[in-house]
Amino acid sequence: MSGAILEVKDVSLSFKGIKALANLSFAVQQGEICALIGPNGAGKSSLLNVINGVYRANSGQIVFDGTPIDRPTPIGVARLGVGRTFQNNALFRRMSVLDNVLTGLTRLGHASVIEVAFRVGRHPAERRAFRERAEDIIAFLEIEAYRDAVVGRLPYGLQKRVELARALVASPKLLLLDEPMAGMNSDEKTELSRFIQDVNQELGATIVLIEHDVGVVMGLSHHVVVLDYGRKVGDGSPDEVRRNPDVIAAYLGTKH
Amino acid sequence: MLFFLNVLTSGLLAGLMYAMVAIGFVLIYKASGVFNFAQGSMVLFAALTFVTLNEHGLPFWAAFPLTIVVMIAGAVLIERLVLRPLVNRNPNTLFMATLGLSFVIEGLAQLLLGTDVHQLDLGIDDIPVSVLGLQISAFDLFASAIAVALVAVLAVLFSKTRMGISLRAVADDTLAAQSIGIRLPRIWRIVWSVSGFVALVAGLLWGARQGVQFSLSLVVLKAMPVLIIGGFSSIPGAIVGGLLVGATENLADIYIGPLVQGSVSTWFAYILAVGFLLIRPAGLFGESAIERV
Amino acid sequence: MSALVSSVQPANLARREGAPLVSLNRIAFVLALAAIYVVVPLIGNDYWLNSLVIPTVVMGLAGVGLNLLTGYAGLVSLGSAAFMSIGAFSAYNLLLRAPFLPLPLALIVAGFVAAAAGVIFGLPSLRIKGFYLSASTLGAQFFFEWLFTNFHWFSNNSMSLTISAPRLEFSGYNLTSPAGRYLLVVVTTGLLVWLARNIVNSRIGRDWMAIRDMDTAAAVAGIPIASRKLLAYGVSSFFCGIAGALWAFAYLGTADAHAFDLDKSFQILFIVIIGGSASLFGNFLGAAFIVLTPIVLDLIVLWWNLTDYVDQGSLTNLLRIIFGLIIILLLIKEPDGLSSLIGRLARRLAAWPLRI
Repeated sequence: MSGAILEVKDVSLSFKGIKALANLSFAVQQGEICALIGPNGAGKSSLLNVINGVYRANSGQIVFDGTPIDRPTPIGVARLGVGRTFQNNALFRRMSVLDNVLTGLTRLGHASVIEVAFRVGRHPAERRAFRERAEDIIAFLEIEAYRDAVVGRLPYGLQKRVELARALVASPKLLLLDEPMAGMNSDEKTELSRFIQDVNQELGATIVLIEHDVGVVMGLSHHVVVLDYGRKVGDGSPDEVRRNPDVIAAYLGTKH
Repeated sequence: MLFFLNVLTSGLLAGLMYAMVAIGFVLIYKASGVFNFAQGSMVLFAALTFVTLNEHGLPFWAAFPLTIVVMIAGAVLIERLVLRPLVNRNPNTLFMATLGLSFVIEGLAQLLLGTDVHQLDLGIDDIPVSVLGLQISAFDLFASAIAVALVAVLAVLFSKTRMGISLRAVADDTLAAQSIGIRLPRIWRIVWSVSGFVALVAGLLWGARQGVQFSLSLVVLKAMPVLIIGGFSSIPGAIVGGLLVGATENLADIYIGPLVQGSVSTWFAYILAVGFLLIRPAGLFGESAIERV
Repeated sequence: MSALVSSVQPANLARREGAPLVSLNRIAFVLALAAIYVVVPLIGNDYWLNSLVIPTVVMGLAGVGLNLLTGYAGLVSLGSAAFMSIGAFSAYNLLLRAPFLPLPLALIVAGFVAAAAGVIFGLPSLRIKGFYLSASTLGAQFFFEWLFTNFHWFSNNSMSLTISAPRLEFSGYNLTSPAGRYLLVVVTTGLLVWLARNIVNSRIGRDWMAIRDMDTAAAVAGIPIASRKLLAYGVSSFFCGIAGALWAFAYLGTADAHAFDLDKSFQILFIVIIGGSASLFGNFLGAAFIVLTPIVLDLIVLWWNLTDYVDQGSLTNLLRIIFGLIIILLLIKEPDGLSSLIGRLARRLAAWPLRI
């Protein structure tokens, strides 16, 4: 662990007067798995969208690797090495699995349209390197069998894995996972937990994930942040959070 | 100054006519999210049907309701044959289907009813009268009165009737509306019928002005910039957008036209509309939707 | 034919790299090329070349241009004919005012002029989305038709406002004969389709499709949305521009701005719908359909002696109805167009002896 890779400082966000996030602050340490939990509508996805630059916060600051980012944009944040998956799968439905994964590498490409059109210059080498890298990740996530399948026709669980592959392929330093296990049965959850741990340990990516299954969260993560109505009500190790009375009241004690 | 005001008012009056076409479009877009490129061809079809009936000896009071019946039949056919098979498809697909539909309607109208230019006399002369020192055509005054009346009727229809409330429910949240038992095909038949009626009124007013002929269907191209400015789903937007486009287009034609060797009316409104959107991407009355991901 | 289909369609990397299929595909591809470039001009008569083959190939090329923008990048344009007219008028003025330019270079520069205009008219796409954007593309259509009609410099102050090719020759060969014009058209198109295929199968093509399928996710995945959109407008207009120059000089011979009116834009859109969006080969099917249908209709009227009943006006309207119906029918039944229909038939034919 060598300091914070991500700091959220005093971030507030509102839609048409409704507060989604209220003066939220926390830090994610390098190399940890940090879970964001909280009831539906607590602002978890909105927070990821602010970190990604999809939403613009009304106030506050995001600090990445010690460098504050004034106006985060999706592309700028991606260039800093942040990968992301979405709550309701945001894959490119009409493209193949391989092509979906390859899009995650596009920002590393330099070949111009002319080089690409005539297949000269930097293009051939880049094409080969991208292809190899994508195949590696596809093999890592064990989806080789579906490499050429059109993504929109795959079952939900596999789609989640393709999305993870796309987020991983450019070797992100920080990976944001929005409910990666939603809709999975316990076997699938165990399997995906193993992948997430592998990503964390073997590929060395710091992970922030949103998850509803408290059992999975407590087993998987090093650090838990609890949100309720856009406020932070708990922040600490799984054990600390489990004992926090505010958290119990806000989240663990209530059924959702 | 007087000249300027005259140019301005004649532009505003033309704008009201654009707004009428735009309103028919807005009704359909609001209720079904369909970008109806065929609105212009519906104007042509309605006017041509009316004129043909009229020329075959039917008086106004008989030809008008009969044309309405034809437009309703058309709406039912369109819902059954085009919209229903395409339900839940990508909005672009539906838009392209209406583009195909506009070809079918234009072709049918001219194949069955002929390609001649028909004169249409609604009994109001196109003579200038003086209003507050401005020269305004009596026909334009009549047309704008009709337009205002039409909008008033629609407003009452939407706010007071059961039907109108269902329509607004669908426009607001299609899924929720369906779940409380509102049937979409019925809603579509109704909005396409109402749009057909609006097209008829617009077609008669335009047709009386410039003759009932193919170019009537091109009014959809005038309505596009109006819609871009006013927003595809706002009736007040269509009216304000129409007035704005009508006025600026006329002013540009008179004051800029001579500097650039000819009328700029084919494209000026588009440049205006795009420039406007660049400043206000959500349109005149629209609000930007929050993207949920 | 099926060899051509599979070699032109994207995203078949894996199959193309499998060992035995490649050689077969390659042979069929070379044979098809030989037929297109050698046999057709030798045996084709002038009528066929002039009225069928040349317009089909050129409109197909314009379809490729629009398909890059609409089928791949998901940006609908109702003004593609405007960019054809820019290509035509640019090529005309280049050949006229810079006589030292060889024909291919003039075409390329004309393509770049159209591309520049495309990028400028694509700028609103950075702020405006969906139908608002589609509707605003009509602005380009009307603006350029007006520009080329009202400013006579573009047509060299000719009384009729028309442009015609000053010369169609390349390194000493005169290309004004039907076979010469055919070769000009088909060589240019072949080269451009090859470039288009390389682009759509590359990182850039993937970025376009990603933006089309879901732009927010594309941005988060690190795709530079704005520059990719502008590139799509530029590349698309480059293709349309060259198609426009070929349309004016290799097909019409003489053209004015109204040869590139709104109807032409709709025709190109129809080509994309009929052929299939995000397909390159399909554009030529769509173009063949657009070019052949009126001719077939004329022939039917002639053969069945219907000339007394059907005048030219009704034929035009009948044609409108047929096109409209075909579009609606295809959108309902075959949303991926004829290219996917033919692909399916070809696969069924390949498996035919096994399952009937």
